[in-house]
Amino acid sequence: MLAYIIRRLFYAIPILIGVNLLTFMLFFVVNSPDDMAVSQLGQKYVTPEAVQAWKRKNGYDLPLFYNAQEPGAAALTDTIFFTKSLKLFAFDFGRSESGRDITTDVSTRMWPSLAVALPTFVVGIWVNICVALMVVMFHATRLDRWAVFVFVGLMSISYLFYIIGGQYLVAKTWKLVPISGFNGEIQPWKFLLLPVLVGVIAGIGAGARWYRTLFLEESSQDYVRTARAKGASEIRILFRHILPNALIPILTGVVVVIPTLFMGGLLIESFFGIPGLGSYMLDAINAQDFAIVRAMVFIGSILYIVGLILTDISYTWADPRLRLD
Amino acid sequence: MTADKPIHYTTASHRCLRALSTLVFFVLAACGEPPWNNPNPPAQDDKVTYQSMMSPAPPKHLDPALSYATDESLFIMQIYEPPMAYHYLKRPYELIPGALRAMPQVTYLNAEGQPVAEDDDAVAYTRYTLQLRDDLRYQPHPAFALNAQGEPLYLFESAAEGAGFKQIPDFPVTGDRPVTADDYAYAIKRLADPLNASPMLGFMSQYIVGMKEFSEQLADLPRDEWLNLDTYAMQGLEVVDDRTLTITIKGRYPQFVYWLAMPFFSPVAMEVDRFYHNPGFADRNLTLDWWPVGSGPFMMVKNDPNSEIVLERNPNYHDDFFPTEGAPGDLEAGNLDDAGKPIPFIDRAVFRLEKSGLSLWTKFMQGYYDRSGEVHSNTTGVFDQAFVVRPDGVEMSPELADHNITMSPDVKPGLYYYGFNMRDPVVGGYTEEKRKLRQALQIAFLTEEYLNVFYKGNGIAAQTLIPPGIPGHLEGEAGINPYVYDWVDGEPRRKSIEYARQLLAEAGYPNGRDARTGEPLKIFIDVQSQAISNTSMNWIDRVFSDIGVQVEFRPADFNRTREKLLTGNTQIYSHGWLADYPDPENFLFLLHGPESPLECACDGANNSNYASEEYDELFRKMRVLPAGPERDALVARMVELYRRDAVWLYAFFPKEIYLNNSWVHNNKRHGISKATLKYTRVDEEERARMQSLWNQPVTWPLYAAVLLLASLLLPGIVAYRRRQNATARHTREH
Repeated sequence: MLAYIIRRLFYAIPILIGVNLLTFMLFFVVNSPDDMAVSQLGQKYVTPEAVQAWKRKNGYDLPLFYNAQEPGAAALTDTIFFTKSLKLFAFDFGRSESGRDITTDVSTRMWPSLAVALPTFVVGIWVNICVALMVVMFHATRLDRWAVFVFVGLMSISYLFYIIGGQYLVAKTWKLVPISGFNGEIQPWKFLLLPVLVGVIAGIGAGARWYRTLFLEESSQDYVRTARAKGASEIRILFRHILPNALIPILTGVVVVIPTLFMGGLLIESFFGIPGLGSYMLDAINAQDFAIVRAMVFIGSILYIVGLILTDISYTWADPRLRLD
Repeated sequence: MTADKPIHYTTASHRCLRALSTLVFFVLAACGEPPWNNPNPPAQDDKVTYQSMMSPAPPKHLDPALSYATDESLFIMQIYEPPMAYHYLKRPYELIPGALRAMPQVTYLNAEGQPVAEDDDAVAYTRYTLQLRDDLRYQPHPAFALNAQGEPLYLFESAAEGAGFKQIPDFPVTGDRPVTADDYAYAIKRLADPLNASPMLGFMSQYIVGMKEFSEQLADLPRDEWLNLDTYAMQGLEVVDDRTLTITIKGRYPQFVYWLAMPFFSPVAMEVDRFYHNPGFADRNLTLDWWPVGSGPFMMVKNDPNSEIVLERNPNYHDDFFPTEGAPGDLEAGNLDDAGKPIPFIDRAVFRLEKSGLSLWTKFMQGYYDRSGEVHSNTTGVFDQAFVVRPDGVEMSPELADHNITMSPDVKPGLYYYGFNMRDPVVGGYTEEKRKLRQALQIAFLTEEYLNVFYKGNGIAAQTLIPPGIPGHLEGEAGINPYVYDWVDGEPRRKSIEYARQLLAEAGYPNGRDARTGEPLKIFIDVQSQAISNTSMNWIDRVFSDIGVQVEFRPADFNRTREKLLTGNTQIYSHGWLADYPDPENFLFLLHGPESPLECACDGANNSNYASEEYDELFRKMRVLPAGPERDALVARMVELYRRDAVWLYAFFPKEIYLNNSWVHNNKRHGISKATLKYTRVDEEERARMQSLWNQPVTWPLYAAVLLLASLLLPGIVAYRRRQNATARHTREH
């Protein structure tokens, strides 16, 4: 397995370079270093000298990919792409365009993201699986048909509606919890209840419907019939027989998400005022802060790759017949 | 005969209900005493705290050499004391000494440096002598902390030595010292330091003697370590003594004194600059850009731009008092109720990051924010429900009236406008026909209706390019644009569409068609995509269709729109301007010929590329004249040229309405200065009472949720049990 993991990590390098290159090109197609300077300098009395000074200070006074004025390897290394993007491979995220240290910001902001995303993820999966198993238990009954109808309905509603509706009802009208904000030191749960609730409810439609499909496929297998014939209770059949056998597709969708929980959610963090990485990314895009955007895309890519590797490893745990070679 | 086992419905439902009730009980118990929705942590001490927000984004820069945005001024103007300041209440805006004992002493010099009279043609330089107050003292800060030998306590050789300090409050020892003239000189040198990339470098280098050379000198130095700027001299700066500084600028530039009220000229202590250059500090965001150090009424004690910024009263702040004079009407409005009292009134101000309009509005209505906004009123967003537009203006909704909320209107010293490119072959030019064409378009654009529909009436249709509150702005009949309006029944009335059609015909476009070719007249408007909605575009399309003119919009992002302006590749463009200082020069320069991007090959402000020899000559004269009738006459003539040549399609002065909860006092808005927190007074007892009254939780939904869950679960449990206990004959095969 170790050899497999090492091999996968090596495969990750060209992927990450590709992602970096793509992000870099997409960003600079619409945004030149001069545009960035003007946007950062405040758009008033912006003289060419001030633009040059900003570019020099922030390292944007170099050519993008190839520096014809430098000899040898320096022609490639004295470029914006090398100094800004490739340094990420050394986990040197540098500073944001406004001067803040990105590593410090990321390490601070990942915890609020996790505080929302982890309970939403865990509770969400648990609820979805339970609901799906219950529906499977009543397969082909009126309850099942109604449940599917409700699932499709829940899926069709925009995530924004859940957020705004939740805020309007629970926080504004009923005044049960704060409408937004986050305080990691005093009663953090008070601020997390609503976003977690919204996240879980918004996910039930798609999640439970997907799991129902998986469980239904398993419930018609011979081993289920055998278990039932031996007198096993439905609960036991569902949780001890069907669930473990349906784990592989579940893990495929679930494990890959786990590392990216640190990245938070763009919408939920923005609307609930959670100072996490999701809102960090959104702010950076709005402020044309390329340094943060490229760092976040890089971190996101790494976490996704780690998630994929973990998924593969989790298969061996769920199905002992599988081996990673 | 089959006999099912008895099913204990009661037991099952009891168990389920009991579990859910227990859950609700524990949730309610954990919530404690209501209100439960309070997002602010409970008070830890008896300090009077002002609860506010930063919205929609945290500040980017708090370094006075870098900061150039109102969102940032909200913080640094409470912390720093520039040499000059603005009177809080008086209108038109009045400049007063800030950190100075008196207004700067101005001396005019000839090329040899000899004093000459103000109106002498030989004036080559102007020298400003600044006399500092005696009682200025920096806030307590670790940069001033000294060891037993009198040396700086926190100077580290390596990053590892100072690794334990993550934020400024982590430093156990602080010190302070008086503010000196050297600190003001140091701050100006920081503006010139190319390493800081100050947005003022290019602009101020044109004026301050020796600034450009100083900057070039620093650019040539190796900068691996901190550089003490005090060891390098700038020709235009002279520290006469601890309390006296002179700044010499090139030629005459009377508006320079306004710049002295901006944060760029705030003092920076050399020790502070050195402290923040400790190895490894920047990696932990321990920089002057994030932890400002000043002598103003407040100091920063927490800076978490992701969540909140907290200011507390600076214990070293000098004596300061609420003004005893104001503008007409201030006495009646209660704005002088606190006249002569010592300020600041509050001990702490908490600014929480608030991005969502719904959250901001809800917290304000629940009493958790004292005001509805600080630098953005959010009037046109979610505050729709707060206002009712009536024929005589905007009024509060009954909900707000019940809360005894007060309104503070704020007409910004700025304007938004659509300008014509005067070099455009269709709408540009200076012939009578071209003027008539532009005037016809001006009349057709119903600015008042536009403001009512799209800005809830929060704007004033501009008759001139000088906003209210700025010298040169005239009200009443004398202030109307006679080319677009008539004065009827004591108010301006827009000229008729028929008149606009007549002008259009005289311009060579009868019924909106080119008299020579018969082609319909089509105009092109360049707008920033984010700044205009489809409904706005439809509305503009409709008003021009009334005179037979077709419109095509060319939306683009900011950068592309800017490129078009720089290259003159536009016909009609949208733009805005917010004044730096309350002088007509800061608006009239928007049409100064050399400011045209095509003339200066720079990011000039005259995006209309307006070129009038008379205007430019008047501008040059007006610029250096002191306030007085002669200057007023020049300003009036320039405004007349602007109106006659119909340089802009339309313009309006933005007006915002800020709301204040009943317990907040001294809410008069200042359009230029943000250094007004020290005047704010909060009645905490009233706030606590109203918060409790407005935020009693509604608990029935919790019980309803329990019942709903039970009603969902119970049938399932019952059905499951029945199925488990059924005999084979009753079991359905699937």
